[in-house]
Amino acid sequence: MKTKWKISPYLYILPAFILLAAFRLIPIVMSFIIGFYKWSIKGTGEFIGLQNYARMFTDGVFWQSLLNTFWLVIIVVPASLIFSLIFAALLNQIKKLSGFFRTIYFLPFVTSLVAVSIVWKIIFNEQTGLANTFLGWFSIAPQKWLAEPTGIFQLMFAPLGAHLPTILAGPSQALFAIIIMSIWKGLGYNTIIYLAGLQNIPKDYYEAAEIDGANKLKQFTRITVPLISPTTFYVLIMTTITTFQTFSQVYLMTDKGGPLNTTKLIVYYIYEKGFDALDMGYASAVALFLFVVILGLTILQRRLEKHVNY
Amino acid sequence: MNEKLRMTLIYTVLTVCGLFMVVPFLWMLTTSLMTQPEFNKHDSVFIPKEEYFVWDNGTKEQHVIMVQVEGKETVIHILGKDNLIVKEYVRVPSDQVHKVKKIPSIHWDNFAKAFQKVPFATYFANTIYVALMSLIGVLITSVLAAYAFGRMEFKGKDLLFYLFLSMMMVPEPVYLISSYILLDKLSWLDTYQALIIPWCVNIFTIFLFRQHFKSLPKELFESASIDGCSTFGMLWRIILPLSKSVIATATVFSIIGSWNSFMWPLVMTTRPELRVLQVGLSYFNQEASTQATLLMAASTFSIVPILIIFFLAQKQIIASYAKAGLKD
Repeated sequence: MKTKWKISPYLYILPAFILLAAFRLIPIVMSFIIGFYKWSIKGTGEFIGLQNYARMFTDGVFWQSLLNTFWLVIIVVPASLIFSLIFAALLNQIKKLSGFFRTIYFLPFVTSLVAVSIVWKIIFNEQTGLANTFLGWFSIAPQKWLAEPTGIFQLMFAPLGAHLPTILAGPSQALFAIIIMSIWKGLGYNTIIYLAGLQNIPKDYYEAAEIDGANKLKQFTRITVPLISPTTFYVLIMTTITTFQTFSQVYLMTDKGGPLNTTKLIVYYIYEKGFDALDMGYASAVALFLFVVILGLTILQRRLEKHVNY
Repeated sequence: MNEKLRMTLIYTVLTVCGLFMVVPFLWMLTTSLMTQPEFNKHDSVFIPKEEYFVWDNGTKEQHVIMVQVEGKETVIHILGKDNLIVKEYVRVPSDQVHKVKKIPSIHWDNFAKAFQKVPFATYFANTIYVALMSLIGVLITSVLAAYAFGRMEFKGKDLLFYLFLSMMMVPEPVYLISSYILLDKLSWLDTYQALIIPWCVNIFTIFLFRQHFKSLPKELFESASIDGCSTFGMLWRIILPLSKSVIATATVFSIIGSWNSFMWPLVMTTRPELRVLQVGLSYFNQEASTQATLLMAASTFSIVPILIIFFLAQKQIIASYAKAGLKD
């Protein structure tokens, strides 16, 4: 379509562009610069070169928060993908109540993270929480959950007398509580995306497989899983990016990064350094590090996608 | 038969998992209807119930907290006004003391108590104001930009669009610190515009409108052009009336987004009178940390407006999220 004056398209874009430039582009560029400064709240700060980055290497709490974040991502992302694909595949086979289940699964996704974090904090309360009541039905002893710094694998194998090294002890039970809650929160969204993807797979494939005598399980692993892989990559990337940014759960469910810092996640650490310790230069450097990690993983997953897709 | 078994299995799995999804909400609601002592006793998990004793000596009825039955006589403990210290022990005939059981015993007063304990009314007002203002901003900037990206040809169009998209991919925590410093330099900290103006642009919404504008038939624009419609007139008089469903979707996304946003307002405001709901709720979480019933009541009323929007348009909302996800 023709436009009369060539200037007009730019005028239409201008309002969005000004806001984006002022409140996205400039802050993003600024965070690169601030990372090189010792910057507390007021004033301009003092240029210190790469010192903030050097400091990260020797900062034990930073590494711990990085490890915690990796545990979170490594468990939440695959669990969420597997469960949501299974739910979507099941939902795709039923007619009655399909909408009802969809609504129920989607409910946690639209409700505020703050409200549901408070609810889950109370669920994981040692004395009065629902989690321990539930375990009690199976005669499992009450757990300390959000107050427990011991790794979950260590807790599992402790009755056998095992003593695992730190790296194998797993995420603390406190972090594991946050993991359960995070899976719950995001599951509905992924299920809906998968369901939309499944509806794009032609029915003929299944009919042909049926004639060839392939059972439902085989149909799922040989047809559904490969053909849904573009959706899987989308869900994988989005879930990874959002899981890396987990903050509210830590802020609301545990006290200042949990028992022995075991629920301190990287974004919480950025917040703490930036706004509690007012060490904004260092916080910016850590934020930039997070950005590089997320960007790197996204590129890696996209590369992988090109190799795998059908 | 085999098919029937399979279906039963599917529904069973879906129901069990569905329970896992809704039980936290159910428990939130039932807990918010309990009294705190009852919740602490923890002997009825889902159904609010209450047990207490009444001393009825014929002339007056009185609630009593603790009783000790000693044969035909019962020692009752009468508490002082503060409900903490036992004021006196009274020995009365056992048949004057009755146990009262109430199932269910629903206490709506937690909602009123929580609502008054901190100024939730202010928090609600702030949230609604911020959500509506950013909604107006988002709609204006998105429609205009999407119109250019979707229906016009110009130099640097693709480049600009990718620049927009790539900025959408940058996670909020990355620019949170520098945004704080920027807003500090602008003296915007602790103001409404800090909560509104940076969020008056949403690349996702631009994307949504652009897809829609692209899908409109060419003939529409040509005939309007012949009728002497200006470019803006076309947008205002022809395209927007045809975009009601996209406007509705964008509105819902934008309102849910602002309603639930937490980290940004937590960092950018410190004055209590500027607190939005989520920030207010997080402070309440610290203040009332031992009062689960009040926390649950506050959580409940904070999500009710979103739940109403969600239930009114659940089909469209779920479909829009699905569509938006697929159009990558």
